[in-house]
Amino acid sequence: MANLLEIAGRETLRQLDYVGSLNIQLWATLRGMRAALPLVGNRHRWRAAVHQMLEIGVEALPMVALLAMCSGFILAMQGASELRRFGALHFVIDLVAVGFTRELGPLLTAIAVSGRSGSAFAAEIGTMKVTEEIDALKVMAFEPVEFVLAPKYLAALVAVPCLSIVANLFGILAGGLFMFFSTRLGLLLYFHYVLNSIQLRDVLAGLVKAVAFATIIAHVGCLEGLRVRGGPEAVGRSTTSAVVRSTFLVIVADAIFTAIFYFVGKT
Amino acid sequence: MSMISVRDLVVEYDGRRVLDGLNLDIEAGQITVLLGGSGSGKSTLLRQILGLERPKSGSISIKGTDITACSPADLNKVRRSLGVAFQSAALFNSLSLEDNVALTLREHTALAPSVIDLIVWLKLAVVGLADFGKLHPQELSGGMKKRAAVARALALDPEILVLDEPSAGLDPIVAAELDELILFLKETFQITALVVTHELPSAFRIADRIAMLFDGSLLAVGTKDEIRANQHPRVRQFLDRVPGSPVHMPALASYLERYVQTQEAKP
Repeated sequence: MANLLEIAGRETLRQLDYVGSLNIQLWATLRGMRAALPLVGNRHRWRAAVHQMLEIGVEALPMVALLAMCSGFILAMQGASELRRFGALHFVIDLVAVGFTRELGPLLTAIAVSGRSGSAFAAEIGTMKVTEEIDALKVMAFEPVEFVLAPKYLAALVAVPCLSIVANLFGILAGGLFMFFSTRLGLLLYFHYVLNSIQLRDVLAGLVKAVAFATIIAHVGCLEGLRVRGGPEAVGRSTTSAVVRSTFLVIVADAIFTAIFYFVGKT
Repeated sequence: MSMISVRDLVVEYDGRRVLDGLNLDIEAGQITVLLGGSGSGKSTLLRQILGLERPKSGSISIKGTDITACSPADLNKVRRSLGVAFQSAALFNSLSLEDNVALTLREHTALAPSVIDLIVWLKLAVVGLADFGKLHPQELSGGMKKRAAVARALALDPEILVLDEPSAGLDPIVAAELDELILFLKETFQITALVVTHELPSAFRIADRIAMLFDGSLLAVGTKDEIRANQHPRVRQFLDRVPGSPVHMPALASYLERYVQTQEAKP
C-alpha cells in the first residue's frame, strides 16, 4: 500500500514538474516571440520563422489535403447511409460543411502537424542538446528560446490555422464530389448550400481551435526536445513522447473547446 | 593580471560534491591547460566558467565581472569576449562552415556583408579551411570539425579562447597540427587560452601553466617543469600512466569459484 502511494506521489510530482516546465517555457517563448516578428524583431529570426512556416505549412499541404479529402468522403458516405433512410440526404451537406469547419479540419490538421512537425521539433532540439549546440548558442551570447523556439512557435501559429482552412476546403470539396456522384448535385449549387449552412462563428471556432492546437504542438515538441538528457536514445524517446503527448493534449483541448462552444452557443 | 579568477568554487549534483572549494587564476596572454583524468571535474569547471551552470557557492570573475552573480545581460557581454570550441565541435549542422563562422558576426555586429565575408575567409584560412567554407559540418572529418570550431570561436576576435579537449579522438598528426595552431594563435593574437585536456603530450607542448585536477580539487598548479617535478603521488600516477585500481586476481578467482558453485547447486 505504502509502495502504491509512493508510486502515485512520484508520478504526480513528475506530471506537476512537466506542467510547470510547460508554463515556464510558454512565458519565456512569449517574451522571446517579439524577436521573431517582422519589422519590430530580428530579421534573422523572422527569416527562420518563414523557413519554418514553409516546412510546417507548405510541405504538409499535400498530406493534409489528401487526409481531408479521404475524411470528407468517409463522413459524407457514413452520413448518407443513415440520412438516406429518413429521406434527408441533403443534410449531408450540413454535416460535412459544419463538421469540417468546426471540428474535423482543425483536428485532422493538428494530428498531421503533430506527427510531422511536433516530432521534428523534438528531434531537432534534442539533437542540438546532445551535440552541445544549445550550449554553443548560449556561450555565443544567443538566447536559445529566442533563437530556436520563437521562430517555430510563430511558424506553427501561422501555418496550422492556414492548413486547417485548406483542410476545410478539401474536406468540403470531397463532400461535394460525393453529392455529385450520388445525387448529380452540381458543385456550384453544393457550395451555395455550404455557404448557407456555415456561419461565421463556426469558422471562428475552428480557427480558435487551430491556434490552440498549434500552441500545444509547438510547445510540447520544443519542451520534449529541451528535456533530452543523454545520447541518441533519448532523442528517439523524446520524439515519440512529443507525438504521443501533443496528440493526446490536442484531443483533450478539442473536447474542452467543443464543450465551451456548445454551452456558449446554447445560451 | 588574471583574466579568469575562480574562488572557493563548490559544485554539487544531487548532493554529490563535484568541485570542492576550487581556486584558480588564469593569467592574461598565457595558455593554461586544465589537466585531469575522467571524472576529475574538468568539464564541470569548464561549464561553470562558461556560465552554463550555477555553483553552490564561490565565485568566478571573468575580466572583473562575477558571472555567478551578474545579470543575464552582463553575462552575455562577458560571453562576447570568450571564444569557445566544444569537445564535440558543436557546429550547427544546418549551416555551412561559412555561415557557422559568420553567425556571431552577422548577429552581434553591424558589419557590412562584404566585410563579414572577408573576416570569415580569414578565420577559415587561419585554421587551414579557407577552401571548405561551402561544406556542411557533416561533410568534414573529425580534425576539420575541431579546426572549424576554433575558427568559429575566433570570429569575434575574443580575448579568451576556451578549448575543450581539442585533440581528443584525433590521430597524432592532426592532434599535433591543432597544438601548433593553438600556439600560433597565442603568438599571433596574444590570446589568453584555457585548454581542457587529458592528453599529456599535447598539454606539455602548448601549456604555459598547467592546473591539475583530481576528484574536484586542484592537486597542482605550475609551469610545465614544476608539474614534471611534482612528487604528489596522484600527479606522479597520472604523468607516469600508472593504473589506479588494478584487478585483484585472487579476489576475482574466488568470486568466479563461488559463482560456479552456486550455479551447480541449482536443481
